[in-house]
Amino acid sequence: MLNTLVAVCSAYALFLFAVAFAAERAALRGQATWLRSPMVYTLSLSIYCTAWTFYGAVGSAVRSGFEYLTIYLGPSLVLVGWWWILRKLVRIGRSQRITSVADLISSRYGKSNLLAVGVTILAVVGTTPYIALQLQSVTLSFEVFGVGDLATGEEKGHTALWVAAGLALFTVIFGTRNLDANERHNGVVMAIALEAIVKLAALLAVGVFVVWGLSGGVSGALDKIDASPLGHWEIDGGRWAGLMMLSAAAFLCLPRIFQVLVVENDNETHLRTASWAFPLYLGLMSLFVVPIAVIGLEMLPEGSNPDLFVLTVPLSQGRDGLAVLSFLGGFSSATSMVIVAAIALSTMVSNHVVMPLWLRFAGGGAKVSGDVRHVVLLARRLSIIGVVMLGYLYYRLSGGGAALASIGLVSFAGVAQVLPAMLGGIFWRGASRLGALTGLTLGFGCWGYTLFLPSFGPGAVLPEAWLLDGAFGLHWLRPHALFGIGGMDPLLHAVFWSLALNTGGFVLASLASFPQPLERLQGAQFVNVFEHSTGPRSWAGRVAPTEDLMVMAQRILGARDARLLFEREAQRQGLRGGLPAPTPDFLETLERELAGSVGAATAHAMVGQIVGGASVSVEDLMAVADETAQMMEYSARLEAQSQELARTAAQLREANAKLTRLSVQKDAFLSQISHELRTPMTSIRAFSEILRDTTGLSAPEQSKYASIIHDEAIRLTRLLDDLLDLSVLENGQVNLNLREGLLSEVLDRAVAAAAADEHGARLRIDRDPAAERIWLNTDLDRLSQVFINLVANARKYCDAAQPALDIRVRTGEEVVIDFIDNGTGISSEAQDVIFEKFSRVSDQKAGGAGLGLAICRQIMTRLGGEIAYLPGQGGGAFRVILPANIAMAAQ
Amino acid sequence: MSEAGPPRRGKPPVFLERQSYRRRRVIDAARVLPFIGMLLWLVPLLWAEEGAAAVRSSSAILYLFGVWALLVLGAVVLSSRLAAQGRYGAETGGEGG
Repeated sequence: MLNTLVAVCSAYALFLFAVAFAAERAALRGQATWLRSPMVYTLSLSIYCTAWTFYGAVGSAVRSGFEYLTIYLGPSLVLVGWWWILRKLVRIGRSQRITSVADLISSRYGKSNLLAVGVTILAVVGTTPYIALQLQSVTLSFEVFGVGDLATGEEKGHTALWVAAGLALFTVIFGTRNLDANERHNGVVMAIALEAIVKLAALLAVGVFVVWGLSGGVSGALDKIDASPLGHWEIDGGRWAGLMMLSAAAFLCLPRIFQVLVVENDNETHLRTASWAFPLYLGLMSLFVVPIAVIGLEMLPEGSNPDLFVLTVPLSQGRDGLAVLSFLGGFSSATSMVIVAAIALSTMVSNHVVMPLWLRFAGGGAKVSGDVRHVVLLARRLSIIGVVMLGYLYYRLSGGGAALASIGLVSFAGVAQVLPAMLGGIFWRGASRLGALTGLTLGFGCWGYTLFLPSFGPGAVLPEAWLLDGAFGLHWLRPHALFGIGGMDPLLHAVFWSLALNTGGFVLASLASFPQPLERLQGAQFVNVFEHSTGPRSWAGRVAPTEDLMVMAQRILGARDARLLFEREAQRQGLRGGLPAPTPDFLETLERELAGSVGAATAHAMVGQIVGGASVSVEDLMAVADETAQMMEYSARLEAQSQELARTAAQLREANAKLTRLSVQKDAFLSQISHELRTPMTSIRAFSEILRDTTGLSAPEQSKYASIIHDEAIRLTRLLDDLLDLSVLENGQVNLNLREGLLSEVLDRAVAAAAADEHGARLRIDRDPAAERIWLNTDLDRLSQVFINLVANARKYCDAAQPALDIRVRTGEEVVIDFIDNGTGISSEAQDVIFEKFSRVSDQKAGGAGLGLAICRQIMTRLGGEIAYLPGQGGGAFRVILPANIAMAAQ
Repeated sequence: MSEAGPPRRGKPPVFLERQSYRRRRVIDAARVLPFIGMLLWLVPLLWAEEGAAAVRSSSAILYLFGVWALLVLGAVVLSSRLAAQGRYGAETGGEGG
């Protein structure tokens, strides 16, 4: 019997190898679509059902009735409520390229390796006994078939060793397939999906046999159940609710579940199918547990191990085939769990413990060279072997037995310590690294002290006295009655206190601490993952220089592999020779290849650097943030510039309007000046013709005509003088004739000259002789020219009934002389052009050529002073300012 | 936890089109379903364990697995509705999670 069993077992193992191998081949050939169907995904989740649940559920039902169900109810609720947590976890896992629970926690809290190491230790401590449990169950089931053949502990050990070695081999082969996929293991997933079917079929077959073969149908089975010791509902309410919560929490946190649920997830929509299919699977797995337990109790001799009823009931009925199937179911449960757990743990150990250490001590810093991949793979393989062997050692040292059987829930409680940091991390942006560290430490410590260490039995690790009286004799520190609250179920007690301290520490430390920028960025990315990534990300179809990609790939994959990869991809794209086009598909493939050696995040960042595409990783985000800052600065500069431009444009418009006005004035002036020149010329010509041609002119007539000609000639001369004067002044060729004199005298001369010049309406001039007693040292003639102009202007243009000019002199730092008349003044639009050449305030008052004020301004500029129009004085008003240095102390 | 509601960015419309409205309600149902399941599975805490009123195991099995079947059925309906609507309704990734 045993030999048959060994043969069947070996054949089954070979079959699994073949399936895994075929799946890998199919995936390599790109025919993996059916490998990645939602059903395969759902089935792979079934590694939740380990040998502990396959065999142990019946045993648990015998011992504590329906309590075994809680282990299935919790995960069912989590799956049914996928919209809450799983959807987000999977999205985060995909968009952040998470490789494990430890990676998730570390990535969320600012890529803290300390946290990653902490979670890794927690996972190893929590999982190793669980692996031992699987080995034990396989060994036990062998024993069932081989009763009498082998009994010695040595042989038992051999079985476990063989199983462990076989599992390690399988995992190393298929769990670390060269550089093929980014933490996706098609062979492994396919194998565990197959095993999921085998264990379900086995349990269902035994159940059907028990119900219809041994109990006479459904009603018969129900009657038998009611008549059995499990006949009526009996449950510890606290454990019922507590274990349901605990299993739900553990389902989220168990490294192996996370591996298949998040890391191996290929398509988010698979989750939708799993949301009903996996609860259905769990329901079917647990459906026949009670009937099997009842029949087992009824048919098997007193004292039989209820944990093995699934095997022993068919055996006792002589159904060897069914028993073998059942055995294979248990074997499948155990092996799939060990395989996936080993992969998950080895990923954590190699990524977060071995690689950082290696890079620090042997790798010559973070310099990435071709041999890194070997190190990563070696680290992963050694970690797998190490994890499995650790489980084996644990099994040998603990000696198996009841102590081990209880380890399942202990392990659950251990990994559940990750829950607060995980949920807080994906739902609460305020969760900080310090919070997660505090919570995990408190929870881990509390769990270890109250549950894990005591589980070895009194005196094994914790001194017996501690169990009874608390550590160091502190009564309130009793492991099973913390803070003096005793009488609770030890498991519930530990779960309650550890999670309470964990959550409390997590929340308080998060509230009190201030996260680093990276943490805050990651927090935003995780919590708002649906806003940041609208779908499964893919490289935007940008043009990436394939040569650059090739160079990078060579550095990491090695020249030969990189070339092969690029050739394969080029071929797949239908290109003969040469390099493949950088399509999103190709980039994704390349990134996955790279991830196998340098880790997903690094690979993504490296490809991202060259492609400059989709923004996912923190580095990218940081770069984006930098860019945003630069953009903001740039746009601020642009804004300033545009404001400046607007100002300049306004000035330009003003200048343009001025130019237009000036041009109009110039035109007007030209016609004016030609008119001015022609009028005297005409009369000169006319009167000189009269003088020449007309005979018999009287002497007075002759004299009159000659004086007209003379006057007109003078007018012409004056006009030309003005033009010349202005031209000289403007060209700076004037020589100043500096003299000393009194301001009052200059003004007197100017008023007199202006009065002599014109014979129009009488202009009253108000002056203040006292204020005018100022000695000046300047070109007095030029200055008086300015004054004459101003007074003459007032005389000419002041349109008041009784024109008056007020000349005010003020001395301060400089001498200010205001000429204010009582006319209507100059309109505001004319004010800025009156000082221009040829400017005339109005056409109808054709008094001059419009050069007067232009000349004044030139003179004043020469003299170092200025002249300006003074608006708002109730009439025409000009201000002449003389600099202080030409005014001498008043005497 | 975040809640159902209009996307935070942009100006959310007060009333939605019929299709988006249905989709939102299906999502609401998907959110509520696990809590219904939990409540129903916690009902056994109220059951009498002693004496004549004690619940027989066969009834317990029928009840617990009945709830299980209902949950699976509910999840099937909701996930197929979500899948159907996700196909031609705009995938509103922004809301909730």
